[in-house]
Amino acid sequence: MFSNILIYFVVIPLVMLGGLALCQNIRQIRAVAVTGSLALIGLSAYVLAEYLGMRAAGNEDPMVFVDSWMWFAPLNIHLAVGVDGISIAMLILSSIIVFAGSFASWEIKDPKAFFLWLILLSTGVFGFFISIDLFTMFMFYEVALIPMYLLIGVWGSGNKNYSAMKLTLMLMGGSAFLMLGLIGIYYHSAPEGGQLTWNILEIARNGSIDHGWQTFLFPMTFVGFGVLGAMFPFHTWSPDGHASAPTAVSMLHAGVLMKLGGYGCFRVAIYLMPQAAHELSWIFLILTGISVVYGAFCACVKTDLKYINAYSSVSHCGLVLFAILMLNETAMTGAIMQMLSHGLMTALFFALIGMIYGRTHTREITQMGGMMQIMPYLSVCYVIAGMASLGLPGLSGFVSEMTIFVGSFQHSDMFHRVFTIAACCSIVITAVYILRVVGKLLFGPVYDEHHLSLTDATWWERLSTVTLIISVAAIGCFPNFFNHLINFTFKPAIFAVLGLN
Amino acid sequence: MESTLPILILAIPLAMFLILGIAGCKMSHKLAAALGIAGMGTTLVLSYITALTYFFAPEFTGADGLREQLTVFNWEWLAFTKNLVISLGFFLDPISAMMLIVITTISFMVHLYSLGYMEGERGFQRYYAFLSLFSFSMLGLVVATNIFQMYIFWELVGASSYLLIGFYYRLHSAVAASKKAFIVTRFADLGFLIGILVLSYYTQTFDFVKMTSDPSWVLESTGGATFMGASVLTWALVLIFTGGMGKSAMMPLHIWLPDAMEGPTPVSALIHAATMVVAGVFLVARMFPVYMLEGSATMIIVVVGALTAFYAAMVACAQIDIKRILAFSTISQIAFMMVALGVASAGHGEVSHHGLGYMASMFHLFTHAMFKALLFLGAGALIHAVHSNNYTAMGGLRKYMPITHWTFLIGCLAIAGIPPFSGFFSKDEILAACYAWSPYIGVWMSMVAALTAFYMFRMYYLIFWWNEPHYHHAPHDAPVSMSIPLIFLAAVSCVAGFIPFGHFVTWNRMPYDIHIELPVAISSVVIALVAIAIARHMYIKENPLPAKMKAALPRLWDWCHHRFYWDELYQFITHRIIFNGICRPLAWFDRHIIDGTMDSFATVTNKASDAIRPLQSGQVQMYVWYYLIGALLLAGVTAVCVL
Repeated sequence: MFSNILIYFVVIPLVMLGGLALCQNIRQIRAVAVTGSLALIGLSAYVLAEYLGMRAAGNEDPMVFVDSWMWFAPLNIHLAVGVDGISIAMLILSSIIVFAGSFASWEIKDPKAFFLWLILLSTGVFGFFISIDLFTMFMFYEVALIPMYLLIGVWGSGNKNYSAMKLTLMLMGGSAFLMLGLIGIYYHSAPEGGQLTWNILEIARNGSIDHGWQTFLFPMTFVGFGVLGAMFPFHTWSPDGHASAPTAVSMLHAGVLMKLGGYGCFRVAIYLMPQAAHELSWIFLILTGISVVYGAFCACVKTDLKYINAYSSVSHCGLVLFAILMLNETAMTGAIMQMLSHGLMTALFFALIGMIYGRTHTREITQMGGMMQIMPYLSVCYVIAGMASLGLPGLSGFVSEMTIFVGSFQHSDMFHRVFTIAACCSIVITAVYILRVVGKLLFGPVYDEHHLSLTDATWWERLSTVTLIISVAAIGCFPNFFNHLINFTFKPAIFAVLGLN
Repeated sequence: MESTLPILILAIPLAMFLILGIAGCKMSHKLAAALGIAGMGTTLVLSYITALTYFFAPEFTGADGLREQLTVFNWEWLAFTKNLVISLGFFLDPISAMMLIVITTISFMVHLYSLGYMEGERGFQRYYAFLSLFSFSMLGLVVATNIFQMYIFWELVGASSYLLIGFYYRLHSAVAASKKAFIVTRFADLGFLIGILVLSYYTQTFDFVKMTSDPSWVLESTGGATFMGASVLTWALVLIFTGGMGKSAMMPLHIWLPDAMEGPTPVSALIHAATMVVAGVFLVARMFPVYMLEGSATMIIVVVGALTAFYAAMVACAQIDIKRILAFSTISQIAFMMVALGVASAGHGEVSHHGLGYMASMFHLFTHAMFKALLFLGAGALIHAVHSNNYTAMGGLRKYMPITHWTFLIGCLAIAGIPPFSGFFSKDEILAACYAWSPYIGVWMSMVAALTAFYMFRMYYLIFWWNEPHYHHAPHDAPVSMSIPLIFLAAVSCVAGFIPFGHFVTWNRMPYDIHIELPVAISSVVIALVAIAIARHMYIKENPLPAKMKAALPRLWDWCHHRFYWDELYQFITHRIIFNGICRPLAWFDRHIIDGTMDSFATVTNKASDAIRPLQSGQVQMYVWYYLIGALLLAGVTAVCVL
């Protein structure tokens, strides 16, 4: 079992959990968190290198490092792992954000319990991305959700009990749909008399979910994952949840957890039920199209930094689902790049907001101003994050959005093209709310005299932000590398979906 | 051509930006400026070598005089599909070579000038970093090999313009102006982006050479598709032109440019007079063979240009802030270039009057960049001396600031179109092209030219003559670092008109001799002289005439002074309609309807469980009751069913 490299993505966090349990003081906790997250980054880099090597050597399998161990024989549940370019991209994203998040929560109160829950959450995340067995995938998904309740409820701020409850219940509601969908898929996973399976690759190969069931199961799974992807009208957990969550949790949640939604929509809903995806995509296109523009408009009037960013996430994540539904290679590549890009830049945003909040004890932009004079380093980072968000070339937002727009506009259907134009409008609205915040918060005269005594970033905060900024710039400057990494995967993987176009 | 120099032309400013941006705050002002100026100086030399090699080395010109188009390098940057690929490359043709010269010259002059102008300013290093970023982006824009590369650098120049306008970020007005500039141009860029999407959907390419070398193929690729009554090609071209309208401040997207004057004055000279604002003209020129295909698209360009030119000239007559007068004058002059490009085409893929307008437009772009940068830098010297932007604080300055006075006068003469200054030659070609296309447009543009001469000399006399106010300190000429650029640009403005421009830049890259069309030339010079005479009469010394005229035409003055209330209109649309009419209701809807529904699920569940909770009271008597009732009911039901 331990000969498979992927399993270490779960083993390392579990070892970290054990290590944390033994920790006596905050130094040890930090040491464990940093060592562990560095190990995860190293591991994902190693997997990436191995993967690229395999592809270069002509390996054309849809998934690599595939392995499967029986877990519960009566229902044929396995612990099955395997990755392709998309999952590797997600693993890299997750490990970077866990790393940055550890530094962002350097001085959290009650660190032991906090890090225990945080690492448990990331165990779920990593497990989800390496799983190719629907059941274990779902299990890891739930593992990632539950700690969120405690993290927000205990370490959060503001109306935290309400928010934690709301977030958990709404996501659980989504999971209920999802579970129905997954069980439905299981019972149609093989032709009459065949061995039923949870394994995604086998289900896709069998292609035995008939048309009627697809039209039923596709919306189930898509909505189930869509809730986590903040799809309109199931997005309202996001503003409240983010606003109350502590910094690292916001980072991890917006940066990685919301990606679980998009990833799941692609990996399960569309990959396994291409026919229904093809027929029903228009309904969800409308919903996600609304998300994109609506989220951006809402962000324009909010005055709480976290609310603004949460609505901005609704808009950006809406774009992910929007692009996935276009069902063509370019747009889907764009969707994955948007996941990476949004994950990194929104984590950067939340990290910065947390750092500013930690100093000023307010997130109201009406109560702040002129931060550029007080904390120039954090302010410059905020401007960079804003520029990435509004799609400045050279940073990640531009490449992912453009890939989505160009890809979506290649759709032969007029309806899709018109909708693409509507989604394009978000780039203007994004500019409005980003510049509004930047202008109010960072520029202008100092609003509050008391703020003049505040200090700029500490070394751990600098490390956390620099990591994220470098990643954002790397995607923005060398998009073709990521493009190839992701794109190659689509060739074998979504052939079935593309065949319908 | 070797690709080393071109790579360096782009790499040096970028490297300077990164060095100054990251390590600048640790540097002394002197070191930062030295780095910036040295970097730009090197870029200047390399660009001149590249451009002059291109123009004069025989291998780049065919036997019949046709200038080649060179793609020096072209690296794949992002491949969307097999055909739709964004490359980053370096494209040399007459207009990009010319732009290399314009950009690096002005940028270098501004780098030098800023040494004196920005001396001791807080954020001096940041200023030089942004200047380098801008130069990099602008150079990347003009050498773009494909329309998406242009879009990338288009966005980057927008961002650097944002950063530079908002340089004095402590001031509310600067922050608001930078925001406005970015958002207005972003809105225009949306049009540009959609235009690119539409065009590339049909042509399946971003590449300029592919699109422009055989434009009729572009027309065929659309297969005659139409959308809402107009051909898709017209749509695409007009949308792309919208992007150009935003950057080049054409009406109705011009509102950001006057406000952009909040930035430091050298920045206005570089970005908002000479280089970035002509990007729109450059874009249309770059796509000119495609624009030629659609008469309706070029018609729109002509109409927009003509209206803008007149509007801006009217407004410039009634401004008080000298930078704003120059800003409106820039808008008006760029509109001249736009009109010239429009009248170069006769539609259906034919050029009008041998494509004279195209050459004239580029010629005017070149001369305008020089004399307008000169005027802005002169204005900077004035502002530096009297610490005010308004002409009301100036007057009689010719005695105190001789260098500024003479160079400014040369600039004014050049823009007014008086021979032998450069503006005369280029404007004459534009007017000739306009008359050849349609006498109406010719007369209209002549009228604008007369207004130009009037408002420029109104400003000139008000600043340097008129009545001398009481100066606290006697104003004096600027330091050497500021005077050298003024003198250099004035010299260029004197001689640039004699460049045989037709030998270098024409629409089909074939050289031809330009000649002055005497009737047009004479009439326009006479008109300009008359306008100058009127301005002289009104403003040479303090007299009640201007006040009287203002009183006689109060409505006209008000409208012109308030820029025809465009800003108020936009204010209304953005704040009242979009912000209060769309954003707020949506946010309310989200919190109360969407979220309210979600919350109500919770509330209903809560209420329901509250309501049935008493059933679990723990009292055995009650349970017995329920048991009895249940048993009886069951019995009843069974009885009914059985019977």
